[in-house]
Amino acid sequence: MQLARVIGRVVATEKAEGLEGVRFLVIQPLDKRQQPMGGTVVAADAVHMAGTGELVYYVSSREAAEALPVRFVPVDHAITGIVDDIQVAP
Amino acid sequence: MKVGTVVGTVVSTINIPLLDDHRLLLCDIQDVDGEPDGYTICVDVVDAGIGETVLILDEGNSARQIFGLDTGAIRAVIVGVVDELAIDGELRSVV
Repeated sequence: MQLARVIGRVVATEKAEGLEGVRFLVIQPLDKRQQPMGGTVVAADAVHMAGTGELVYYVSSREAAEALPVRFVPVDHAITGIVDDIQVAP
Repeated sequence: MKVGTVVGTVVSTINIPLLDDHRLLLCDIQDVDGEPDGYTICVDVVDAGIGETVLILDEGNSARQIFGLDTGAIRAVIVGVVDELAIDGELRSVV
């Protein structure tokens, strides 16, 4: 899993089967110092509570499809938790 | 699997149920020269400490086996604490 900052939201009514009710958030992947790393991606919010500006962590590839209640939903990034506290050695 | 170094801790109360009651540690992934090459947040199952050199599994199927799950959004798991690491016959310093 890696860190990311939630920076936006995507609403799509026309979408693939199995994606009903899935909340899509735009996230900016971060390095361990919480600096932007690479381009933004759209992730499914598997905790249903992440809001814009929050520091979260996410999983990618097949595990993202396993993060949602309905198994094997076509997503490749999924937020699996919101960071309350993070300590990283200098 | 990869060799890494535990450099941080991540605490969260809102997360997918699978991660409840598990310690999350942030690890630098080491390249062959021992330099950091990216990082990953891992579930710790061996009580690794900050600064320790560890063995990191980063593949879903094996990770799910560790937790006895057939489905679950889990990939990175710390599966060992490294006592000794030798590359090309040269012993690497291991905390």
